[in-house]
Amino acid sequence: MKIGITDIEKVARLARLELSEEEKNEFSGQLSKIIDYVEKIKELDTSNVKPAEHIVTLNNVFRKDEVKDSIPRTAIEEMVPEFKNGHIVVPKIIE
Amino acid sequence: MKYEPVIGLEVHVQLNTKTKIFCSCSTQFGAQPNSQTCPVCLGLPGVLPVLNEEVLKKGIIAGLALNCEVSQYSKFDRKNYFYPDLPKAYQISQYDMPICKNGYIEIPVENGTKKIGITRLHLEEDAGKSIHSEDKSENCSFVDLNRTGVPLAEIVSEPDMRSADEAYNYLQKLKSLIKYTGVSDVNMEEGSLRCDVNISVRLKGDEKFGEKVEVKNLNSFKAVKAAINYEIERQVDLIECGEKDKIVQETRLWDNDKQITYSMRSKEDAHDYRYFPDPDLPPIVITSDFVDELKKLLPEMPDQKRERFIKEYNIPLYDAEVLTSVRQLAEYYEDVIGYGANPKKASNWIMSELLGLIDDPEKIYEFPVSSKNLAELLKLIDDNTISGKIAKSVFRDMIETGEEAIAIIDKKGLRQVTDTSEIESIVDRIIANNPQSVNDYKAGKDKALGFLVGQVMKESRGKANPQIVNELLINKLKGES
Repeated sequence: MKIGITDIEKVARLARLELSEEEKNEFSGQLSKIIDYVEKIKELDTSNVKPAEHIVTLNNVFRKDEVKDSIPRTAIEEMVPEFKNGHIVVPKIIE
Repeated sequence: MKYEPVIGLEVHVQLNTKTKIFCSCSTQFGAQPNSQTCPVCLGLPGVLPVLNEEVLKKGIIAGLALNCEVSQYSKFDRKNYFYPDLPKAYQISQYDMPICKNGYIEIPVENGTKKIGITRLHLEEDAGKSIHSEDKSENCSFVDLNRTGVPLAEIVSEPDMRSADEAYNYLQKLKSLIKYTGVSDVNMEEGSLRCDVNISVRLKGDEKFGEKVEVKNLNSFKAVKAAINYEIERQVDLIECGEKDKIVQETRLWDNDKQITYSMRSKEDAHDYRYFPDPDLPPIVITSDFVDELKKLLPEMPDQKRERFIKEYNIPLYDAEVLTSVRQLAEYYEDVIGYGANPKKASNWIMSELLGLIDDPEKIYEFPVSSKNLAELLKLIDDNTISGKIAKSVFRDMIETGEEAIAIIDKKGLRQVTDTSEIESIVDRIIANNPQSVNDYKAGKDKALGFLVGQVMKESRGKANPQIVNELLINKLKGES
């Protein structure tokens, strides 16, 4: 299956990636090959196989509604580029 | 109007658990910004979200209150998009297997009730809060992640509503139902209830829906109503002008100051969320036993209660609707009856004397007149200790002092005078002092009687039994002629 330049551009936009024309061509070729490889699975008869949303057979993993300590604010302050008056500073959000 | 709007609502309700949906951070409202976060809700690499069992339970209870089917199998999915208040760049939500679906609620309409379908109820996490600087020169915004991961139930209605009033009544009813169950505070001001509107307009009788618009940023029920009416007008105008193609599928925001909606100028690639099952969260299997246990936690719901009130207490539909709209109010009413008051009188008093004096019927138990004291007051009217009119003034004193009715009545000497001879002497005096009115009455002017009754009542400071006054006056006046 051919992954065209428009597909590449769409995926790049959704992932907020900026690609050069050269890269678009390169990835178009690579992704097409990957998809072709995965397409092989279609050769299998899966009519009797249930969809598997999960690979483990666990279900109903819950926790109790009990408060535990949050992390100190200073920890957040250290991991973000800018912190001011208790808030994380981000580029202006345009409404 | 030859057009009709088609309206559906998406309501987000915050479930009132102690901790967030996938981590143990507190959900307490009003904490210092960014003081209630952890690696899970911050979306740091390598963390494992685990579902809060209480969220699942409360979500199902909400679904049951909305007459939904509970799914036997449910799962969580990732909804991918970029926004500064969403640190993981995906929201954990439910896509194709919500915990509840196919419900309905009944709303009051002109002649009876109308069923509004509930498409689904699903669980998801809230995003953080972004704050826009008031200083325009500052080229940044601020983010508080305390809300990130707060549990929400999103309730999606069918496009069943046909007017702003129906949408308003749907919200009122939804709020009342959820409130009854106690799984959410459903307070729009504190953000525990939020509402988005989907609306299109079509010619009456058309099967096909028109192009629909989503309206966001609605901060009150009133705003929802106003925004819907604005959109109906805007869309009908465009159709009428032959500019139907200008109604496009888009998100619009409500501007409460200007009372208009405006386009959010969204990028064309919006709404490609690439949902996929969240591999961190195992699926949920819900057994009928589990659901049955939760059903036991449901209180009597307002619709059932309303019907019972009408049957048991013989009160009008409207009164029953108001009294059952808030759980605490219904309880107060039944307490008053429990203390021996006449159900009809109790309903009348609560509706006409009491409700106007309180801002929030949920806090009726903080009202200075307890259900017991109100019942005692009403019983004193029934046994003729005081008249209905005096009772109103006693009631005002009770509110001010918190005292019992009988104490106020005795202290102020307000017992109704039923002693005929005492009333008779007043009647004689009034007849003697008002010859003009007496003549008017004899000349056939019935109004004069009312005046004379009023004078006697005034003279007795409202304590004379009005019925006895009436009888005595008529007898005396007739006897004189």
